[in-house]
This record gives sequence, C-alpha cells and structure tokens, in this order.
Amino acid sequence: MEFIAKWLPYILAGISVGGQFALIAIGYTMVYGILRLINFAHGDMFMIAGLVMVYMATVLPLWVSVILVLIITVVLGCTIERVAYRPLRSAPRMSIMISAIGVSYFLQNMALYITGGLTRTYPTIDWLQKNITIMGASTKMVTIITPVLTIVLVIALVFLIKRTKIGMAMRAVSRDFDTSALMGIDINRVIAVTFIIGSFLAAVGSILYFSNYTGIMPTSGSMPGLKAFVAAVFGGIGSIPGAVVGAFVIGICENIIKGLGLTTFSDAFTFVLLIVILMVKPTGLFGEKNIDKV
Amino acid sequence: MKKKIALLLALVMIFSVFAVGCGGGDEGGDYAGTVKIGVFEPASGDNGAGGKQETLGIQYANYMTPEVEINGELYKVELEIVDNESDNAKGITAASNLVSSGVSVVLGSYGSAVSIAAGEVFKEAGVPAIGVTCTNPQVTAGNDVYFRICFLDPFQGTVLANYAWENGATKAYCLSKLGDDYSVGLVNYFVQAFKALGGEVVEEQFPNQNADFTSYVANAKSNGCDVFFAPVSTEAAALIIDQAAAQDLGMPMLAGDTWDSNVITGAAQGKDVEVVVTTFYQEGGNPEFDNGIKAWMEADSKMLENNGGNTDLAAVTAMGYDAYYVALEAIKTAGSTDVADVLAAIPDTTYEGVCGQVVFGENGDAVRDTAYVKKCNTETGAWEFVAAQSIK
Repeated sequence: MEFIAKWLPYILAGISVGGQFALIAIGYTMVYGILRLINFAHGDMFMIAGLVMVYMATVLPLWVSVILVLIITVVLGCTIERVAYRPLRSAPRMSIMISAIGVSYFLQNMALYITGGLTRTYPTIDWLQKNITIMGASTKMVTIITPVLTIVLVIALVFLIKRTKIGMAMRAVSRDFDTSALMGIDINRVIAVTFIIGSFLAAVGSILYFSNYTGIMPTSGSMPGLKAFVAAVFGGIGSIPGAVVGAFVIGICENIIKGLGLTTFSDAFTFVLLIVILMVKPTGLFGEKNIDKV
Repeated sequence: MKKKIALLLALVMIFSVFAVGCGGGDEGGDYAGTVKIGVFEPASGDNGAGGKQETLGIQYANYMTPEVEINGELYKVELEIVDNESDNAKGITAASNLVSSGVSVVLGSYGSAVSIAAGEVFKEAGVPAIGVTCTNPQVTAGNDVYFRICFLDPFQGTVLANYAWENGATKAYCLSKLGDDYSVGLVNYFVQAFKALGGEVVEEQFPNQNADFTSYVANAKSNGCDVFFAPVSTEAAALIIDQAAAQDLGMPMLAGDTWDSNVITGAAQGKDVEVVVTTFYQEGGNPEFDNGIKAWMEADSKMLENNGGNTDLAAVTAMGYDAYYVALEAIKTAGSTDVADVLAAIPDTTYEGVCGQVVFGENGDAVRDTAYVKKCNTETGAWEFVAAQSIK
C-alpha cells in the first residue's frame, strides 16, 4: 500500500504525459508513413494550437474556443502542406525536409513576434483542471481524461484506416506512392486527409497538455515534439499502435526516473532510448517491413 | 513578373532600413551631443518577463531625465536596447552589438548566467557594465569592468535559509535548473547556510525546456520535506506553482528575487499555496516613484503590456530605475562620454536611490545588507511585506 502511495503520482503523471505525446506522435508517424517526410513543424503547430486557444479564450466562451482551436489547427496544418510541401512533391526528399525545418522556425518566430516573447498562461478549463484525489494522490482531472481520450481516438483512427475507403487509399499510398496514383487514387486528397487527422490530434493533444502545464512560450512545442518523434521512432515509424505504445513507455519511464531521484537524467534517458532502438532494432517495436504503414 | 516583384521587395527593404536609420538623428538641436547607455536585457526566452520589467524602470528613468550635464554642456541620453534572449550564446552577440554601437556604459542583465557570458565581451572592449539584479558572485568576480548595484547570492541564500529555519523548517527541497548559473548558485548558498544551521536538504535539477514538474512536486512530498526552495525563472515558477496546487504540496515555497514578479502573484492567485520571496524593494517604499511610474505605464499600453498587463511594481523595475541614475552620476563624475573615463569614475560613484543607497565596495559590488521578505496573498494576488532581514 505504501508502495502504491509513493509511486502512484509518478505513474499518473507518466500516463497522462504519455497520452499527450501519443497524440502528437500519431501526426509524425502518419505523415512519415505516407510521404516519407519527418514533419518537423508538427511540434510547433502543437504550440500554435495552444496560443490560438489563449487568444480565442480572451474574447469567446470556452466551448467555442475549443472548437475553433480544432478547426484553425486543421486549417493551418493543411495550409502548411499546401504551401510548403506540395510544391516540392517531386523534389528530392531532402528539400522537403529542409522546407519542414523552415516552417518550424517560421512558426516559432511568428509566435515570438505575436507574444512578444513572454509566456502566456493557458485559459482555465474548469472541468479539466479541477483537482481530484485518487487513492491519496492529488492530481488534475486531465490526468485521468488523457489516457482514456487517447485510446478512444486511436481506436476510432484504426477503424477509419481499416474499414473506410479513404483508409484503404491511405494504406495503398503508404505501400507504393506511384502505383496507387496509377490506380486512380487521388494522392493529394489522401495527403490532405493525413494532415487533417494529424493536426486534429495535435490540437486535442495541445488542449490536454497545456491544461496540465499551463505556460506557453514560442519554444514550448519543440520538446514535446521531439519526444513524440522519439516515441514514433521507438514504436516503429509509420505504425500507429507503435507510436502510441512508444509514447506511453517514454512518458511513464521518464517520470519513474524522476521519482528515483535521477531527475537530471530524465531527458537523457529519452534520447539514449532513441539511439539504442536505432542500433538494436532500427524498424522500431512494431515497424515490420510488411505492416500497414499509414 | 517574379523578378519585378523581387526587385520591388528589395527596394522596399532598402528604403525602410534607410528610413529607420534617418529617424533618430534630427532632433537634439539644443544638445552638445548624445551619450548612449546600453540596455542589455532579455525581452524573450526564459527571463523575458523579468527583463522587460527591468527595462521598464530604465525607460521610465530615461523619460524622467532624458539629459545629462557633462562639463557644463547638456547631452541627450539615448538608450540602446538589445534583446539577449535569455541565452548565453545569443547574449554574446547582443553584447557585441552594444559595444560596436558606441555605448558609454551598459546596464543589465536580468539573469546572472547571461551577464557572466557577456562579461568577457565588455571586458575585452573595456566598456563598463552595471549589473542591476544579477546576484551571482561570478558576474563581477575577476571582471574589472562589471559592477553591480544589488546584493549577492551568498547573502540572499543565507537570508532565505535563516528565514526557513526560523519558521520551523528542518528539511528543505531545493530545485534548480541544469546549467543555469543563477538558480544553481543560489541553491548552493542556501544549502550551505541551511546545513550550517543543522537542516537537511534534498537537491534536484530539471533540464532546459522542461514543462512537466509533476514528479518534482511529488518528490518533495515523498521525501518528507517541509519547505520547497526553487529560485528558478518565473516561466518555470508559474508551472511549478500550478503543479504544487494540483498536487496539494502542503509546504511553503521559498525563492529569491526572481520570483518577485506579477507572473508569480498571477499564478498563485486563488490557489492553495504559500509563496515567500526575498527582494530588493517593497512597493510603497517610495510613494512618489510608485505613483509616477504607474501613471506613466497606464498612459502607454505598450509599457503596460511589458509589465504583464497591470501596474504591479516589480522590484527589478525599481532597481532598473536606480541603475540608470547611477550610470548618469558616473558619467557626470567622469566628465566625458568616453568608456575609459566612465569606467574609472564608477567605483567612486554614490547614489541614494529608491531601493536604498548605492556604494560600490569590493569587486565592484554594491554594499547591501538588507533584503525584504514578502509573502504572496493568494486571495488578492498581491505581495505582503513580512520583514526586512539583515545578517551580520
């Protein structure tokens, strides 16, 4: 019992942050599955979603802002794809990667300009932020909501990919880009849908994440983005269940390491994990050659 | 077509640079010349909020006294403000910019780490610098051009340790940021003093860009500590306070001068936490200054925004105000705008400021023996004066 009382706060924190990483990681892994592109701007889009919420909530009721945040982030994701990635579709893959880095810095600096470099405080969503007590450990409601919501969204996503027409098209495109184009699949549409899903999940992730850690800086997206990317690689980039499992593993391990008193090494652990997995099993946990890459 | 647009854009850029360049030079007909004071402060990054507040004090002082008399001739004082982005590497570039723009003296920076990093640049160029609120001893140690008008961390750490001990704490949880000279330094001095008193400590550090403080708060609780000492940047502090409230920390949180900011009172308002800080100035210490600067901030929405949206005074603002006048005194004494003359004049400069008297002693540090202890009233979101603490 004492054991549980000691470790429960860390486990809860780990599961919660893991769920938030998972929502970001799915965006990375899906875009990679389809385009073979690591979308470096993804973490910054997550940050922008947070900022949009901050500014929306000052003038609009909360529930309207939440909906608008989801919509604006999706629009932003599609715009980035349309403006920065689509014109480079036939260019070497390195160019599109560099374009992604450019977008990432552009978003960060735009946020710097808009916020004036000061930390913005995330609006309080009472329902998510109210304190609850689980077996003696006091925490926020969002800690419990996150893993549940994450799993529900992932199940819905897997259903979408396995059972719908657009899902089938996505699977086809991830297998062979050119052949599926020849078979009459509208590649641009499939890619647009991928970005819509990725951005939507990043927006949901940002609401959950910033409700828990309420300060937003222009660089707030880079660390969660980086860790989600490691999670995606760990789980096998291109695989959705892999990204989710990877994110939970990273979230929980990091917090347990902090609980052991090795706080200095919690970030180092994440990146050592990345190196080890790339050396031992470069395809990641679930990244088998023949798995559906979406 | 594209070429034309590119040409047009290029022309617009060239002209806008030209226009900005010409803007400053026209006025000042009555002045014998201009003297430039460099403001080396963060306006973004971890310490952006504090840096802006410190700059505000300097700007207000410049607004009140925009001229200085040197050898009977009136000179216009111009502020040369750069953003060091709270980053050691970028701070060096910003410092070099100041040096090359021909400033007579530099004020700043908020945040000791970046001051230490930029100290070498100023030293090499022989440009005198006056630290406003950078409390780490290494800022001035071994650097002949760096002075400072605030107290030092060994003093502040001891004051805080004494305060904790006198209030019944026996085991302290100390949190600092990895690689941040300010918080690591202050925690060190606190730990030394607290152990000397007979207390126990648990020390932990968090990495750069960390936003998840859940486990640190949990560690403090599970280790059975009875005071939480975290003299970290206000950005991290707001997150820590939030997390402490969420997990029902149940012990007072203690910090140094950095936390004396409306970012902290904003974060703590309406939450069940106890926040205590030591600082340089207590609002109300000089009503004339308080009212003047508040009216000035209210008149300009940009300034109000820089202060975090309200007129709550931070001690760093008052310190910035004093620093400007110390610089003016030094320039007057020097009787010249030349960096070498100003540098020679600073050690003998004295000034009676709103935060008390400034007299430079050993290493170019001001002689200070009092810190103000304040507590956050979480209902009203304002600081309440607790005590003026000195050590012998």
